[in-house]
Amino acid sequence: MREIHVSSLTKVIKTLSIDASTVANDDLVQSLKTAREKEKSPVGKNVLGQLLENIEIAKTEKIPICQDTGFTVIYMNVGQEVHFVGGDVEEAINKGVAEGYTEGYLRKSIVANPITNPKNTGDNTPAIIHTHIVPGDKVEIKLLPKGGGSENMSRLKMMKPADGVEGIKRFVLDTVSEAGGNPCPPTVIGVAVGGTFDHVAYLAKKAIGRRFGERNPDPQIAQWETEWLEEINKMGIGPAGLGGNTTSLELFIEEFPRHIATFPVAVNIQCHAARVKSITI
Amino acid sequence: MSKVNLETPLTDEKVKNLQIGDEVFLSGIIYTARDAAHKKLVDLIHDNKALPFDVKGSVVYYVGPTPAQPGQAIGAAGPTTSYRMDPFVEDMFKAGMKGMIGKGARSKPVIEGLKKYTGVYFGATGGAAALISKCIKKAEVIAFDELGPEAVRKLEVKDMPLIVINDSTGKDLYNEGRKAWENK
Repeated sequence: MREIHVSSLTKVIKTLSIDASTVANDDLVQSLKTAREKEKSPVGKNVLGQLLENIEIAKTEKIPICQDTGFTVIYMNVGQEVHFVGGDVEEAINKGVAEGYTEGYLRKSIVANPITNPKNTGDNTPAIIHTHIVPGDKVEIKLLPKGGGSENMSRLKMMKPADGVEGIKRFVLDTVSEAGGNPCPPTVIGVAVGGTFDHVAYLAKKAIGRRFGERNPDPQIAQWETEWLEEINKMGIGPAGLGGNTTSLELFIEEFPRHIATFPVAVNIQCHAARVKSITI
Repeated sequence: MSKVNLETPLTDEKVKNLQIGDEVFLSGIIYTARDAAHKKLVDLIHDNKALPFDVKGSVVYYVGPTPAQPGQAIGAAGPTTSYRMDPFVEDMFKAGMKGMIGKGARSKPVIEGLKKYTGVYFGATGGAAALISKCIKKAEVIAFDELGPEAVRKLEVKDMPLIVINDSTGKDLYNEGRKAWENK
């Protein structure tokens, strides 16, 4: 049994919150640079240049890449040998979010009582926390601040098993096409198929946190990831929706066993500010 | 498509000179408002009450910035998606607004409004929030402080880089751009 004080969760969540919003990951930067080289539209090329310059300014001056510093989504793989001590785990995590968003000058975008009396919670809490119990004595934490603009363009459909792969593809392409320039292209597209109504959405979001260039281990699914991305990039939407060949940077597909009667498909769209940071303690 | 230096407030004449695809460098005073602030502004209009800023000829920027760090005028300040403000635009036009800054496509009634009221819709690059903040020289909350990031702010901007998405003839750069690059 390994004891971990919950205050260390607060500390790492605070750091991850600030880092995620201000420092772009290398895989994203590289992908934007490649896209800028390949982009044929001069306006699109210019937008990609602005995004790279923006990332540089954010890093140097420690200000957020995007003003929408998101809803904080946290994935935790908790080793079953770990024993948390010193307080409530979820409280400690939310304390880390609150400290990160306050001390890091990040935007607080969460309102409580969403229907009756929307009021800003003032510290960007609560976070959405997903925990998994895994073998071992480590805790892996992944933090993904999710912006609202691209989230609004995401879709979930309970399809029929008979719809098959063609149905999934149509739904994915239609979702991206209808989103147009709204979700801040070039985007990252997270697709999930299977599970239940709730689980498929969870998996689609998890998909957008994958490292750029990493393909699904199933060669057939990996091939669809590449092919569908190519089709998306023929739509002409382009960087910032102004026209061009770079509409999406990545498309990731996740799958999960499904009920014989169901065929859930979720498409979660992530803007180009694809922020995700991980740490293992 | 040309490069245009533009100063606020806007007039019919200034707006009519703008065409889709024009690169605009905007300077002067602009006002921020997004979802919750628009609801409050339009409620004031319906109640025949005074608005917290002079709407005539104004440009409204759809943004909820991050807090300013010490020594900064404002934090990161890129555009939010505009369609959510579509239901409020007609009332804002009637009150005298001339321009809007945001990102993403507008509804048909908004585009009709641009023709009817001689207005313009500018796009700022979504997600280029650190870059855009460099053009904002001063920022001050002037209304609805309780809304936090959604409060109405008066901004002084210098050469803010924008692109004309919809001009006062109802043309749409998103449609044209997409058509031009489809299957290429």
